[in-house]
Amino acid sequence: MDWVAFWLSIKLGIFTVLLLLPLAMFAARWLSTAQFPGKSLLEASLAVPLVLPPTVVGYYLLVGLSNDSFIGRWLVELTGHGVVFHFSGLLIASMIVNIPFAVQPMQRAFEAIPQEIRDAAACCGMSRWRQLLTVEIPLAWPGMLTALVLTFAHTLGEFGVVLMVGGNLPGETRTIAISIYDRVQAFDLEAAGQMSLILLIFSVAVLAIANSLSRRLLKPGMKQGMRSHV
Amino acid sequence: MSSRNLDLAVQVRQNAPFPLDAGLECRAGQLMALVGPSGSGKSTLLRMIAGLVRVQQGHIRSGDLLWADGRRHVTAQQRRVGYVPQHYGLFPHMHALGNVETALHHLPAGERSRIAHEWLERVHLGGLAKRRPAELSGGQQQRVALARALAASPRVLLLDEPFSAVDAATREKLYTEIVELRSGLAMPVVLVTHDLQEALMLADRITLLSQGRTLQSGEPKTVLSHPVSEDAAMLLGLRNIFESVVLEQDGADAITALDLAGHRIEIPRQPHLRRGDRVSWVIADAGIRFRAISRKEIAPQTNRLPVTVVKMLTMGDQVRLFLQLADTSVMFRIDVTARLAEELALDTGIRTEVVLRAADIHVFEQQVTGRPG
Repeated sequence: MDWVAFWLSIKLGIFTVLLLLPLAMFAARWLSTAQFPGKSLLEASLAVPLVLPPTVVGYYLLVGLSNDSFIGRWLVELTGHGVVFHFSGLLIASMIVNIPFAVQPMQRAFEAIPQEIRDAAACCGMSRWRQLLTVEIPLAWPGMLTALVLTFAHTLGEFGVVLMVGGNLPGETRTIAISIYDRVQAFDLEAAGQMSLILLIFSVAVLAIANSLSRRLLKPGMKQGMRSHV
Repeated sequence: MSSRNLDLAVQVRQNAPFPLDAGLECRAGQLMALVGPSGSGKSTLLRMIAGLVRVQQGHIRSGDLLWADGRRHVTAQQRRVGYVPQHYGLFPHMHALGNVETALHHLPAGERSRIAHEWLERVHLGGLAKRRPAELSGGQQQRVALARALAASPRVLLLDEPFSAVDAATREKLYTEIVELRSGLAMPVVLVTHDLQEALMLADRITLLSQGRTLQSGEPKTVLSHPVSEDAAMLLGLRNIFESVVLEQDGADAITALDLAGHRIEIPRQPHLRRGDRVSWVIADAGIRFRAISRKEIAPQTNRLPVTVVKMLTMGDQVRLFLQLADTSVMFRIDVTARLAEELALDTGIRTEVVLRAADIHVFEQQVTGRPG
């Protein structure tokens, strides 16, 4: 069992969630109400990682973030090292491929809040910030939890993009999914089996906890109260 | 704050996304009903007053304050309006008290709670402060929304179809409560409704809105008896609208005579009309009497018309009668009680006489042009 790879995956998942979710929340809130030309195109662009083969996404990220690229050079200046084949590159890649998993559930959750509730909040004199914190986030919370779980679980299971951008450096970029592949390649099926089982149990447990929390967070009547307005 | 400073004046225009050319005035303490069919723009107008929709042209004033014109837009947060949306817009994750307290967030917690409790008591929900909206009935939810809207002493109270989402029995109860409650309110109240009866019952003034245009404003009784146009009359549910040519303008008898498909109709003199003018006019159901009833009235020979009952539709305890003026295609449609229909032995095919009460005939100011009389 490659515990280093396991903990690296957990670390990557936590960092991805911490950095991506706040940004995704504001994007989701904005997309839920904004009407502008090109909105469909923007939404489609954000969903691209869902349909493109991970290796294609990985290829573009590898080229885009390499030390020869404009962004790569800028990142080298900023961090003092290249991001490709480095944990930071892995993190950037992970954030980008997880955008649809983070944005879409939250966008749907914000969209489900009836306009009347927003109107009433505005007429109560609430600033937009207060409205977001005291009304919209509590109502969109189940969607935010779904986004968190999907992003985290997807990060643990991501393989193609991670391999393309990060390679297979133990302790730096070798995640558990890559480690499983690595063990299979080395005919160490016992280790691969152990890790696969742990990943399976872990994923099922996380999803079960999230589902249960989601049901509890959605206090009695909240769902009904919102649905009756839609 | 003197009540005079709360008068609301609205005059707004726009061409897109849909045409709107509407105006209304509501004095402090008055209840103005904004009446119109679905899609007439009444909710948009209300949202403009609330500051939720921008005004493109025109203005909205609350007393001395200019809330909006083409350039200026005071936000909903700054206007201090009490707004009750159609489905109340209660925050489902907060209990009743929490909902009311949100309108008072600028106050210290203790005072906030005290005032919110007072308002819940005032709307008879003192014992249900800790219930969430889903645990309350439709009527109770509406009262919470009302308490929340009024808690911060708003400059105007806006009610968007507030009675449409509750059952008939609750609605009746809420009518009584709103009448009781509003006697103590100093601000103007604007009530949006598509229900004319509701407007007539509750409002001091009504404004008719159709296809984004205000047709008429005034006291309910005046608007009902003197609609300014056919559109306004139809919006008021008046169905007996006819076109006539002016036959006679007799100064001596102080009457104006109209021709209705060969029958002479006499009405109180209309000074603005001339002989030969084509006009359109309306008569309320109450002004159409059966000969048997109107026998004792003065000048029974006036406006007597032979009619045939061509259709009778029974609707509960009401009967809708379709009466065809003899030898013409002119049709009167009136509602009478089933009891009256029985007393008069009315039945399909029966010939009888009706009398049009002259005082109930209202000629529209706008003359008919280009159409046959």
